[in-house]
Amino acid sequence: MGPEHEKDLLKLLQENAKLSYETLATMLGEEVETVRQRVESWEQDGIIRGYAAIVNWDRVDEDRVTAIIEVTVIPQRSVGFDEVARRIYRFPEVQAVLLLSGSYDLQVVVEGHRIQEVARFVSERLAAIDFIQSTTTHFILKTYKVDGVVLEDGDDDQRLVITP
Amino acid sequence: MIDWGNRLSPLAQNVPPSGIRRFFDLAETMEDVISLGVGEPDFVTPWHIREAGLYALERGMTSYTANAGLLSLRIAIAEYLRTRFGLHYSPGTDVLVTVGGSEAIDLALRVMVRPGDRVLIPEPTYVAYRPLIQLAGGVPLSIALRPETGFRLAAEDLLAAAELGARTIILCNPNNPTGAVIDRLGLERLAQVIEKLDLLVICDEIYAEILYGVDYTSLASCSGMRERTVVVGGFSKAFAMTGWRLGYACGPDVIIQSMLRVHQYTMLCAPVMAQMAALEALDTGLADVSVMVAEYDRRRRLIVHGMNALGLPTSDPQGAFYAFPDIRSTGMTSNAFAEDLLVRAKVAVVPGSVFGRPGEGFVRCSYATGIDQLEKAIERVRQYLRAGGG
Repeated sequence: MGPEHEKDLLKLLQENAKLSYETLATMLGEEVETVRQRVESWEQDGIIRGYAAIVNWDRVDEDRVTAIIEVTVIPQRSVGFDEVARRIYRFPEVQAVLLLSGSYDLQVVVEGHRIQEVARFVSERLAAIDFIQSTTTHFILKTYKVDGVVLEDGDDDQRLVITP
Repeated sequence: MIDWGNRLSPLAQNVPPSGIRRFFDLAETMEDVISLGVGEPDFVTPWHIREAGLYALERGMTSYTANAGLLSLRIAIAEYLRTRFGLHYSPGTDVLVTVGGSEAIDLALRVMVRPGDRVLIPEPTYVAYRPLIQLAGGVPLSIALRPETGFRLAAEDLLAAAELGARTIILCNPNNPTGAVIDRLGLERLAQVIEKLDLLVICDEIYAEILYGVDYTSLASCSGMRERTVVVGGFSKAFAMTGWRLGYACGPDVIIQSMLRVHQYTMLCAPVMAQMAALEALDTGLADVSVMVAEYDRRRRLIVHGMNALGLPTSDPQGAFYAFPDIRSTGMTSNAFAEDLLVRAKVAVVPGSVFGRPGEGFVRCSYATGIDQLEKAIERVRQYLRAGGG
């Protein structure tokens, strides 16, 4: 399988991980066995880290809140950003940690039940970590699109059923 | 009582009803139908193109344009055809912006057909040619394309039609409904016969951007063809812009200027906001096209593989977004098969016979629909065939 097809295969899985090996192989014009081996080797290498459903939690759990927290870190000799990030991502409430360029250093996505729970996490856990200088917490009010998927109900197919 | 039979134009009354209409009416009354019958992209026009249309409205661009279309758009079309297909047209005289490719075909026929002229249509082909020829006062003559040659028009087929005394031919390349594409060699051979028979040509290239691993040659770029060919193109299929109704015709100035003379009275000009959106499409939209074509390509493999696995032989379409499975093994006419499949399996396809009698025994399946829908449709056809359908 060429590198272009490998990327196509990963993109197809990223869009819909439920596609069968048979379907994926047909779509790419590859052998089923080739696709299976490739995917399994990515799973072993950790290039594919898992498969998940994209859930619109707003429709399921009204108490659920998500916050994006901007974190600035005081750079210290011998403690890089990686170590601080690790300390943060080990908390199970933390969904994502990213190192960014710009006016703050780490972006942390935290999920919890009720605002108070997240607020307590920020003040008691996050702010207490050494070398963290400041935090700014933004609560998400509504999610429109996530991971390339629009969560709002779109218009149905407007096309006529049969056209020439 | 008004005697309408004696009052309405016989030309209009003699236009046969569309073969698709009946299926459409039937499918409309049913729920949960998966349609493989749609002849347009399932993608929405890329946002930056829509935005260009909106911006035109915001700026108050709501007036007529030049009859032939905005000069900037004609320049962009000429430049696009030059770089993409090696065609040379002067934006001032050889390019006409029309309300969809449909208007361009209608205008070309009105200008190129004299009363009683015979016009060749290699069938199966797009449904509009036959009625438009009749409305233009011409006589449509079918050339039957054969499944053995992949429904491609060969020079021999055309030579055999010499005795019919036709003066014009309409080619749809890439073809709706078969997805067949005639390559450069095939076109060069056709060009020799076309010249020998002194035919004028309308070449409908609306699907020219939607190709799978083949190079596209425009007939107009073949030797001797530019002076006798009108190329019809448009934005509908490539850029998913069907509802904008924007197309174009390019050809020898004498033909295009005659078409312009009709167009200025019937249409005046194409909608200005659509023209502005089209300008954006040509400017920066070709990357979107390749993304859409890559997606069609995957679906194409899926449906061709699926239909063949069901025992409905289907060849690889090289262009457009249609597969054309052979359903002769079911022993049914394509019409009966399509109706039965719709009623019993809730899958809508278009009978090949509506694209001309040579399409009998085949059905057109559009794969301009999502993967999940395609898979479901194939599964429904499988169950239908297993339950003794056909």
